[in-house]
Amino acid sequence: GGRLALARTDGAVEVYNFAANYFQEKVIPGHETRSVEALCWAAGERLFGAGLGGDITEYDLARLCAARSVDGGGGPIWSMAANSGGTQLAIGCEDGSVKLFQVVPGGIQFERNLDRRKGRILCLSWHPADTHIAAGSIDILRVFDVSSGQTAQRIMVNYHVQKVTRECIVWGIAFLSSGTVVTSDSFGRVQFWDWELGTLLESHTVSASAVLSLAVSEDEDSIIVGTSTGATYQFQLLPVKMGSLEKRWVRTKPFQHHTHDVRAVAHSSTALISGGLDAQLVIRPLMEKMQKKGYEAALRKFTFPHRCLVSCARKARLLLFQFSQHLELWRLGSTEETGKDGEVLPLCRMPEHLVQLKSKGPEHIYCSCVSPCGGWVAYSTASRFHLYRLRYEGDGVSVRKVPKVPKLLLPAYQLQFSADSGSLFVASARGSVHVLQLLEPGGCRHLHTFRPPSGSPEAVYLLAASADGHWLAAVGGDWAIHVYNLKCCKHHCTVPTYSCAVTAIAIHPVTNNLVIAYSDQQLFEFSVPEKQYTAWSRTVQNCGLHKGWLERDAPITHIAFNPKNPAHILLHDVYMFCILDKSLPLPDNSALLMNQSTLKQLPETARQRQLHAFKICKKFQPLLFADVLDENSLVMVERPIMDVKTQLPLPIQQKKFGT
Amino acid sequence: MAALCESFTLCGLGPSGGVGLGGGLLALEPGPDPDHVLLTDRGRTATLFKVSDQKPLGCWSVKHGQIITCPVVCNFETHEYIAVHDDKVLRIWKNQDINLDKVFKATLSADVYRIHSLPSGGPVVLFKGGGVRTLDVLLEAPQQEVENVISDEVIKWSEAFMEGQQPVLIFATEKDGDFFVYVQKLKVNSLHKYKLEQQELSKPLSFTAYLKNQTITLLCLYSNDSVYKVLIPLRQNTEEEEQILSKSLLLNLSVSGSVLKGTSFVVLDKDHIAVLGSLAASGEESKECLTIWNTKFQTLQTSKELPLGTSGQLWCYEEKFFFTHGKVLTVIMYKCETSSLAAAVGKLKDSQTPDVCSFINWNTLGDEELVVSFQSQQSVALKSESRMTLRSKRNTVAEVQPDASSVGQLLLNLKDASTTVLEDELKQLMSKVQMPDLQATIGCVITALINRCKTNPKYYPQNFLHHIVQTQDLSYSLCPDLMAVALEKKDLYLLQICLQRFPDIPEEITYACLKIFLSFSEAYLQTIDVDLESVICYIDIELNNKEVKTEIVENGFNAELEQDIWDTKMTKETRRTGGSEFCPVGPQKAALLNAVLHSAYSETFLLPHLKNLPAQQAVLFLRYLYYLYVKCSEKINTTLPGTGSPTINQIMDWMCILLDAQFTVMVMLPEARELLSNLHKFVRAQVRFYSELNKIEGSLQELQRRNHQKDSQTYSIEVLELI
Repeated sequence: GGRLALARTDGAVEVYNFAANYFQEKVIPGHETRSVEALCWAAGERLFGAGLGGDITEYDLARLCAARSVDGGGGPIWSMAANSGGTQLAIGCEDGSVKLFQVVPGGIQFERNLDRRKGRILCLSWHPADTHIAAGSIDILRVFDVSSGQTAQRIMVNYHVQKVTRECIVWGIAFLSSGTVVTSDSFGRVQFWDWELGTLLESHTVSASAVLSLAVSEDEDSIIVGTSTGATYQFQLLPVKMGSLEKRWVRTKPFQHHTHDVRAVAHSSTALISGGLDAQLVIRPLMEKMQKKGYEAALRKFTFPHRCLVSCARKARLLLFQFSQHLELWRLGSTEETGKDGEVLPLCRMPEHLVQLKSKGPEHIYCSCVSPCGGWVAYSTASRFHLYRLRYEGDGVSVRKVPKVPKLLLPAYQLQFSADSGSLFVASARGSVHVLQLLEPGGCRHLHTFRPPSGSPEAVYLLAASADGHWLAAVGGDWAIHVYNLKCCKHHCTVPTYSCAVTAIAIHPVTNNLVIAYSDQQLFEFSVPEKQYTAWSRTVQNCGLHKGWLERDAPITHIAFNPKNPAHILLHDVYMFCILDKSLPLPDNSALLMNQSTLKQLPETARQRQLHAFKICKKFQPLLFADVLDENSLVMVERPIMDVKTQLPLPIQQKKFGT
Repeated sequence: MAALCESFTLCGLGPSGGVGLGGGLLALEPGPDPDHVLLTDRGRTATLFKVSDQKPLGCWSVKHGQIITCPVVCNFETHEYIAVHDDKVLRIWKNQDINLDKVFKATLSADVYRIHSLPSGGPVVLFKGGGVRTLDVLLEAPQQEVENVISDEVIKWSEAFMEGQQPVLIFATEKDGDFFVYVQKLKVNSLHKYKLEQQELSKPLSFTAYLKNQTITLLCLYSNDSVYKVLIPLRQNTEEEEQILSKSLLLNLSVSGSVLKGTSFVVLDKDHIAVLGSLAASGEESKECLTIWNTKFQTLQTSKELPLGTSGQLWCYEEKFFFTHGKVLTVIMYKCETSSLAAAVGKLKDSQTPDVCSFINWNTLGDEELVVSFQSQQSVALKSESRMTLRSKRNTVAEVQPDASSVGQLLLNLKDASTTVLEDELKQLMSKVQMPDLQATIGCVITALINRCKTNPKYYPQNFLHHIVQTQDLSYSLCPDLMAVALEKKDLYLLQICLQRFPDIPEEITYACLKIFLSFSEAYLQTIDVDLESVICYIDIELNNKEVKTEIVENGFNAELEQDIWDTKMTKETRRTGGSEFCPVGPQKAALLNAVLHSAYSETFLLPHLKNLPAQQAVLFLRYLYYLYVKCSEKINTTLPGTGSPTINQIMDWMCILLDAQFTVMVMLPEARELLSNLHKFVRAQVRFYSELNKIEGSLQELQRRNHQKDSQTYSIEVLELI
């Protein structure tokens, strides 16, 4: 199926599943020394990455970690490309060499070097027939004959420009089956070359700054390029006249979705995909390829992860924030006043930064959790698992690391404390969940490991424990939801399979109903004791959810419950949170889904007719986390885009009106 | 002033072609084409060279045991090569022949001394006995008897000329210290014998001759280091026995105490000769050198030392000397200017270009020179081509192939090659990106193409010109006639890309383009293909293009957003119904006009031309500029979308200059009045708008400041009511 792999500058690798509404299905956290310059799929579903560390790394997508690394042997690697069959990888190195590796079961094997010349190889592309490789370097592009390893053509990309003093960096290259080589370079040009003659066929200057990335559609009739001004452009091979056989590359659509460099682009059969230094992934559908209006037909922007990086200790009113290499524990502020809707209350106690835990070593944090009582904090990296005991004495906090944590199969993908803070559930590889018993004054022991009865190669990425300590639900990478009985330590049941990714689960504290949110925005309620969907869930399926709800582009990342009112379920995504009131009727498509502002203007009596189950609030955006603290307070964590942007390097200056 | 220019090595020589008298080559003869020479060594081999490429093009050898006794020459009419081996065996072959054993062979009845090939008279064979036959006559009956005219004299030297339509052969013989000169006119079959005036204590070492005004001037280099001149009139019908030729001293080869012991010499022009020999000053070791002498002023003009030694042979073709130097055959170019006393004493100011040499050196030549030299080459080659007989047709085709890469050859072909062949060759040329001055060369190519277009009105390689202008960075000055021809051919697309790409178009041409663009009807323009990139983003083209949803759907339905879209649609519609803001020209014309707006100009030069613009066209153009201005002002950043679309400054500048140029017309024309008043209103509104903007700037800044304060509030507790 369609999957998109992307790498971030911190070395993290993410996989998005097209079929599951572009859900961010897998995340392999970063690593300080593992920069990734190039990613490619090879030999079916195997993912390889290479970077300035000089290693080629294969990623284990089931265990979500770097599986094997092989030294490329040519210094920092700038580029990598797989041949059409996915049997060979070519890498372009700092020392100017292009090396071929054979993809074999269980790894890769060095095969040979191609003709080496000075100058780093910044981009590579195989000819679809696998006979030649085009490589872009500084001021030059070369074509190698794969069978002989010799340079078959050498083209100075700058030759046609008079009196150039700057060097011209070829950032992107693509080899079309017609023998045309397409390059994008630091002069802002997209050029088409006849590789055999070495002549320039067409040259399009798209930008005053560099064109950093380039991708070609599989049919070779469309090209997307990304520039350092944040703009992307589409080129299409179109007939010169209606019905004419002669075709020419025409720059058709400009898009400006990024504020910074567009570092990577990809071309799916229906969409242009770009990733920028502004941390955004943008998927721009090609309307002409769309058969009907649907999820795929809308522009998608992804800025935030599709999982929770915040955990909340409700009783202790603490929040734990997970950063890539440290954790922060904050105590929430409080007020003694009350007020009317929209009022901001004066604080009697300011929020307090209690603890900052820095993870040692180059590995980034996979997951973290704070216990409901606030007395325990746990986190895991790729190779280490840490558990801390926290004690609060007056205003001070003492942090003690729990020694001798049990040896577990790492990394852990999700951590969850039980409601009574007596045990910790650790989501692990191969569908397994470990149960650790927490011991006073500061110890723990391994109690049990749950495994799905039929086994699974995929890691567990979501956990939910019931408040009564009876049930534990776990979701693996195969999207199967297993419920375990904690009291008798055995597998209880499996939720009927639904062919979409699970984005959030939670077990209701009173009814022990498991609420499940899927990436296609469907909601299900499954009664754990009765091992079946609830009546409300069936009603929802029969009536269907509101169109407006289904067309949202961000997945639900967290589910919580109102302890006072069992009918209330809190759901949130990046742009909204919603109190789902099961006691109210479901809205039909003719009703206004986001009706809060309308309701506020209506008199009490008129409101009743307009009420429906979805009480949506979009006041807080972008929303990283929302949870219910007690019966009348919610906690919201916003991550303003501006805060992210201030940490980015300055974009290329562009003249704006009036400046 | 004569001077020796740069030298280069043509080829290395085998062991037989070494230094010293008796070594060296058998001869060096001109090849079938300019810039080609045929080298025959003293063994079995003849080689054809392309001189400027320093590259052998062909090489032929006779069998072991045979020896070439007579230098290989080329029949310029048939492009065949002729050689004689073992004194009597005649061979004739063509370029594509490889094995000399298998080519035409004729065994003659007498020993051949030499064959002279005349550019238009065919080859002439001189036998050792003094008999002369043209090759054609000889081939009719190879075994024919050849008379012996010189009994026991030995031929020392021979030369052939064309006198009018008939070949003339001159040769010198020696017998017992006496030298005789024979002049044979082939057509009339007359033979004259002369005796050379005796010279005390010295004898001729080397001869050379030229024909001028029906008089053969024979120059003889004597062993007393002097060159003598002998005049032999050709129009002499009296058959006297053995006239004695008197000689006069032309030049004494000595300069300030040193004496040049010449071994061979050539005539360069009426005042200059070149002598190869050893210069010996008294008491010093002699040094071999190549010298150029001015015979008019008896001065040594220039010399070049040849420390590695020579074989004493010197040839000169196409302003190049050829001689063996050490173990290589060296080519050295020279230039010779008409001698004047000032030049002879070095007082002449160098009025001409500093380095005139006919050798095409891409590194040093400027564009102009390139064109000139190409054209001269072209004409020479064409002349020779046109005289080719049918028999050689196949030959020429085969020959073009290896040369296809050379620019000169390419330009030759430009004259008449078919378009497809031409395109292939030019693509090959353009693939040589490493070639220096590619731009200049492309300029020459375009000039040649344009010249062909001019001479042949039917010829116009449109696609090719488009391609070349688009991919190469050319300028107007590199191909000045291109746009003129495009104007003439009404190739609007070419004009458009030229306007977009050339930085140096004269205002006159810019105006001509503008005028021609405005004059075409929209209906016609719709049928042609132009680059619409600059207009596609803002012009209203009546296409039912689908609405593309570019807004981000965050959480799906958004009431306010929907409302917004509705609003903009409404306003758009109302605006459209207003009607005044439709583009007054079609997209094709707009794109062409944009190209004009885009080109660089200077107001002073453009203004006088613009005054000539017909009133209707001026109004239309102003209408379009007004439309653009309004379009620009719609956007907050006052730029039109798309690439290559005109900037607001360009629009304003053109509007101003157009109004300046056509002021009275605009004021008088009734239809312009409304336009002007609209324009005036719009500009006034703009001015007001911007002054308002300035006023609210302060308030906006204050708002922004407050907004920032609110942002910095990172923690708050708020009351929120969900119903």
